[in-house]
Amino acid sequence: MNFSEVFKQTNQLVKISPDGKYMATCVQYRLVVRDVSTLQILHLFTCLDQVSHMEWSSDSLFILCAMYKRGLVQVWSLEQPDWHCKIDEGSIGLVCSQWSADGRHILNTTEFHLRITVWSLSTKAVSYIKYPKDCPKGVDFSKDGRYMALAERRDCKDHVSVFVCNDWHLFRHFETETQDLAGLQWSPNGCVLAVWDSCLEYKVLLYSLDGRFLSTYSAFEWSLGIKSVCWSPSSQFLAIGSYDEKVRILNHITWKKITQFEHPVTIDNTKATVYKEVERRPPVGSDELSIHNSGIGSTLLNTQSKYEICPLPIQIPAVKPDPDRANPKIGVSALAFSSDSRYMATKNDNMASAVWVWNMQKLRLEAVLEQISSVHCFQWDPKRPRLALCTGNSKLYLWSPGGCVSVQVPTEGGFQVQSLFWHCSGESLILLGEEQLCLCYMDTDQQDQ
Amino acid sequence: MPESYLDKDTSHCSAETRTSPLSQFVQSSLQRKLYMFSGFCTEHNVPACLSHISQEVSCLGLPPVWKESGGGSELNVVATLNCMYDLIQLHHRDMRTLENMEVEQLKSSSTADYLQLTATRLKEQLEISKRENTGLLERERQLQVKVKSLQNCLKNIKEEEQKLQSIIASRARQYNHEMKRKEREYNKLKERLNQLLVDKKERKPAIDVLNTIGRADGKRSLWKTKKTEEKHEGEMYKALLNNYDTRQRELMLENAELKKVLQHMKKDMISILNAGPTQNADKHEEILSEDEEEDVLDSSKESVELHCFHAREKLTNSIRLQWRRLKSHVERLDSQVSLTKTDEGKDTDVSRETHEEERDRLQEEIQHCKDLIQTQQQLFQLSASYDEEAPTVASNCWMLKEKECLQEEWRTLEEQRMIFEKKRKNFTEAAIRLSHERKAFEEDRATWLKYQFLNSNPFADSKNPSESKSAFPITEIETGATLDTEKLEQCRSESTSSTPSSTKPKRKTETMEQSSVSGENHQRIFWKEGSNHDGYSNHILTDERNSPI
Repeated sequence: MNFSEVFKQTNQLVKISPDGKYMATCVQYRLVVRDVSTLQILHLFTCLDQVSHMEWSSDSLFILCAMYKRGLVQVWSLEQPDWHCKIDEGSIGLVCSQWSADGRHILNTTEFHLRITVWSLSTKAVSYIKYPKDCPKGVDFSKDGRYMALAERRDCKDHVSVFVCNDWHLFRHFETETQDLAGLQWSPNGCVLAVWDSCLEYKVLLYSLDGRFLSTYSAFEWSLGIKSVCWSPSSQFLAIGSYDEKVRILNHITWKKITQFEHPVTIDNTKATVYKEVERRPPVGSDELSIHNSGIGSTLLNTQSKYEICPLPIQIPAVKPDPDRANPKIGVSALAFSSDSRYMATKNDNMASAVWVWNMQKLRLEAVLEQISSVHCFQWDPKRPRLALCTGNSKLYLWSPGGCVSVQVPTEGGFQVQSLFWHCSGESLILLGEEQLCLCYMDTDQQDQ
Repeated sequence: MPESYLDKDTSHCSAETRTSPLSQFVQSSLQRKLYMFSGFCTEHNVPACLSHISQEVSCLGLPPVWKESGGGSELNVVATLNCMYDLIQLHHRDMRTLENMEVEQLKSSSTADYLQLTATRLKEQLEISKRENTGLLERERQLQVKVKSLQNCLKNIKEEEQKLQSIIASRARQYNHEMKRKEREYNKLKERLNQLLVDKKERKPAIDVLNTIGRADGKRSLWKTKKTEEKHEGEMYKALLNNYDTRQRELMLENAELKKVLQHMKKDMISILNAGPTQNADKHEEILSEDEEEDVLDSSKESVELHCFHAREKLTNSIRLQWRRLKSHVERLDSQVSLTKTDEGKDTDVSRETHEEERDRLQEEIQHCKDLIQTQQQLFQLSASYDEEAPTVASNCWMLKEKECLQEEWRTLEEQRMIFEKKRKNFTEAAIRLSHERKAFEEDRATWLKYQFLNSNPFADSKNPSESKSAFPITEIETGATLDTEKLEQCRSESTSSTPSSTKPKRKTETMEQSSVSGENHQRIFWKEGSNHDGYSNHILTDERNSPI
């Protein structure tokens, strides 16, 4: 495993191009484009203000930089660095900006979600979409980029509009039976749209591509409901994580629950392995301290850690959430399937330092990773069943069915890994700190404990 | 005298004790005694009676009546009267005491009765009160149980209420949070509206592009017409149908695999059952053959099976049947083992029992098999009606095979024929080319020879050399025409008949062109005559060259 040197970034704006060749980073108001393999700077663009959001177009030819405060969007071209494009939303404001799936249209959401303006870069034409809904996930593009689903709110009722991205033709428009639609997501095969309600009502509705209502699922009433939803990459399963610390799996044939995964405080009676992160401080003499303090310093004081397999039964440390606050820190907030749909990783918010890995073939718990500090971010390798996670310290943790490993990120100045994501080829990881980023190149053979 | 006195006494007594029945009895007994006493004293036994009476009197405590001394048996009348009087008094006293005792007895008997009555009454009361007590205890117990259950209910309800309260509280928190958020946004909106109303210059949204870029897919965008809408619909339905198709295919594959597994399981179970008791071997074989038939039918009618609910049900039923048989077989074996372990002497009984059991089982099996056969027949009929070609195909399949073989052979023959044709064409072309070349060459040679001849005319001897030259050039030609030597050799080797004839070449020269095209008969032309005639030799040569093909 090789680590690159540390580069600067602001606002966690680091994106790899969809074809995997380039890496774009935002440093204050500059956009830096590097080659992924050599990390040489290929292009350098200057925007008019600090960039709030940056995104690659789907064909990896253009980069969008949005500055929400100024209401500006600038688009840069890699082929022709002289080409420029600036979209000014004017006094109507800008809250969100994103590419459409064809890479030639930009969708700008105005302030207060008054409308979504669709700017076309191929015809300079403008379209407007009225009544978009202000919800956590109101827009979703299907994987093949053909259709876009949008949540709308008209006459105090939720609607869903499906557009054909080709020519922004309104394809389907139907009302949903939700109280307060919180999000929607296409299945990876693009044939089913999952729509879910806010946490006050546990309800998931499934619609076919042609707008037909397929099925609804509701596990219980009254208690706080859905916290997170995730499709499996094969479109076979829909995983729903809720505030009652359970994950329910629906199958794509009958849309009924096939199993539910619970996150109990005491783990007992399973065949799962529990990996516990254990710190081990290297013995440091006073002489060494004085010598090294002046120099690198923090690397020595970085404690080594390794994983130990704990025998069952074991207690997972849980924190009771504050009863007076809304959106309590309890329930399953993060769900992710591995690329072959064989494993699923979940995180329960009141056991924030544990990541649970479930085996989807056998529908049981496979492993539990108990960390020392709370887990910030985890993501599956896009090619193989390998999970990378970080907990806000200077270590990178990897789990695979063969075992678990904790790797120290060898950088100067204490690089704390706040989030990470994989390169689309699964060959490297991009680690993001507060203001820094670092690349980690994997070896081709897997690392075992 | 004593009688009368006694009578008086008795009457006196009777007057006193008229009411008491006991006294009447006494009276009667006295009367009887009276008659006894009358025979007590006679004239002969007076002293004896006197002494006896005095004894008795003295026993009673009265002064004696008669003194023995005194010389005579004179009765002391006074004493006797006193004695009698005392006796009477005694008697009275006794009677009185008797009466008192009677009265006392009566009293006591009545009190006893009364006490008995009260005792029974009290006992009854006690019973009643005991019963009441148990009843009350029972009620108390029931009430306690009820109280417990109600307490449990209360606890549950309290818990539920708490849960609901917590739910309400969390929902209220959520609502408040949302409301605050919406209020904040509303305020922002108000401010912005104010700002916009106040602010005169409004910046309009605009785009500033250096040049428009082409579409990602390189095509031109289309107008939004009904046709494009329909195209979109079509594409969407295509995508959906593809999805359904793939899913259906996957499910069919899965189904087929599962069916295969079930079939294997069934076969395994049958084989296991077959390996069991040998007595039932025949029956099992029958069943096995039937099942095999079933399997064959199943595999041949797979497509029909998918539509046929009965076939699927049949398979699952047969699996269940086989499983039941296997289970019963195993249970029987277990029981047999246990029986043989416990009691060796009951072997015969056990075996008889098992025989009977097996017989019953086999009868059941026979029944099942009959049912199976019936359903199979039905299915056969169904399939026959569903697919009419099936039986004819089944009967003519071997003919088809032959047909196919023949067809294949024909095909190969055709191919070979084509190849032969091609080859022949090539050869003819080559032959034609060669003939042209040879013609040209011969003409050149002829001209050359002419020239030579003309030049070498004064030299008449040089004919021979020309002859010899002609021979050599012939070989030269032969060697020179190495392009076609292989072919010629081939042709010569393929010659069917080699009949040398001198006349034929002549004929052939005329029909050379035609024959070379069709040429099947190639003949070896022997060089017979020495050629002074170049033309003739030419012809011969050309013929030689051209003939074999």
